[in-house]
Amino acid sequence: MLWNERRASLTSTMKMYGKHRFPGKLFIVEGIDGSGKSTQIALLQKWLESEGYVTFFSEWNSSPLVKEVTRRGKRKRALTPMTFSLIHATDFADRTEHHIIPPLKAGALVLADRYIYTAFARDVSRGVDTKWVRGLYQFAVKPTLGFYFRISLDEAMKRILGGRDAIKYYEAGMDLHLSEDIEESFRIFQGRIIEEYEKMVQEFGLVVIDASQSIEEQQVQMRSIVLEALAGTKKTRIRKWVDLGSMVRVSRG
Amino acid sequence: MGGFGFYGQGLPGIATEELKGKLIVIEGTDGVGRSTHINLLKLWLENNGHAVLDTGMTRSVLAGEGLKAAKEGHTLGRMTMTLFYATDLADRLENEIIPALRAGFVVLTDRYIFSLMARSIVRGADAEWIRGVYEFALKPDIVIYLRVSIEDLITRVIQHVGFNYWESGMDLHLGEDMYDSFIEYQNRILAEFDRMAGLYGFHVIEATGAIDQVFEKLKATVEPLLKLPHLKTRSV
Repeated sequence: MLWNERRASLTSTMKMYGKHRFPGKLFIVEGIDGSGKSTQIALLQKWLESEGYVTFFSEWNSSPLVKEVTRRGKRKRALTPMTFSLIHATDFADRTEHHIIPPLKAGALVLADRYIYTAFARDVSRGVDTKWVRGLYQFAVKPTLGFYFRISLDEAMKRILGGRDAIKYYEAGMDLHLSEDIEESFRIFQGRIIEEYEKMVQEFGLVVIDASQSIEEQQVQMRSIVLEALAGTKKTRIRKWVDLGSMVRVSRG
Repeated sequence: MGGFGFYGQGLPGIATEELKGKLIVIEGTDGVGRSTHINLLKLWLENNGHAVLDTGMTRSVLAGEGLKAAKEGHTLGRMTMTLFYATDLADRLENEIIPALRAGFVVLTDRYIFSLMARSIVRGADAEWIRGVYEFALKPDIVIYLRVSIEDLITRVIQHVGFNYWESGMDLHLGEDMYDSFIEYQNRILAEFDRMAGLYGFHVIEATGAIDQVFEKLKATVEPLLKLPHLKTRSV
């Protein structure tokens, strides 16, 4: 290897937030539990697929390498604010390296349910330094569009308590000992998270969607904003034979 | 010498003024004899009446096993590995190192943030970014860097442990085989250590000589640190 080449390979190859250039696009949704963001991004994906785009879906806590450590740490309640922050960043790094950057390079539309802003909101609410955690996630790809589903705490609580059987320990911020009562703790902790999200709307230019509207109204708004961002993006999806097979079955039935 | 501090914002909820022990870091590349010297140092310190905790990379309860398992495969990305190690260190700091320091132990750690930073930087991580990540780490009382030349290192590695995939930087595809890769990789690591030696004020010990000669130098470096009043009274 020549000296110059060697020197070049010694310098950083890590790309920072806002500096990545890929042919694909990244759309992400954020909001507290019960804001309806997962429903909205699933509907967005259905529509994009039907329009002929190649999409790729990426979820929070999805790295097979890290998931087990996180799960065990949570079950044993062994995570502190710092290790909670770092293990989620590790998971996110794996997700970035395997599920976000490669499809973006391939020109796909990557859809993510929760992104770095979830980490910023949660970690800062746990007492982790605001600037430090933003620095930690510098390797993240800046989304093309980040949607924030704004909802009141009361409305979100109604939806969650109606639908799910139990609030989880860390989601309720029980590790912070805010209250002995899990519902009360959840209310205080999620309240803090909303405050953090509200601060980030300006800081990161998040697109706010009023999540108290009907599902259809929200989806119409989302689609029209995404459509604008899609100008010039290739539709490259090839219909697979399995799809054709299912069509045949439907028409026969 | 004052009490403990962090490199940056540190760990939430830790009162550094409660920490009474000493944190001694032994750094150096693979095969330099770190574990041999840590064992000798531990024995010597205990003989002199100090309670000692020794710890090292991937020994955390939280992330140690997961990290080892991840390294067995071939899908561990560079950024993921960097942050996995950071998680491992944070867990050991909070659950092992800090409680021991609070109890007045001498903590000997086999590698610290410096090895981790060197490995990441050599793998293309941004130096400023990685330094920022490790701002949660506690500043040690002393960092002893066992330095060796690449020529000596090769002889030792062949005689003792043999070439290891990660320590040869095989994931970086630097050479035709493990030997070529090892030389290129370790050269880069050593260069990074030399850069950090000035930046972080390492106490450099040339580790090329016989074990007992190197250990004499090590003792002479550590001794002044323990001649502080609060530890003197603890000595039997």
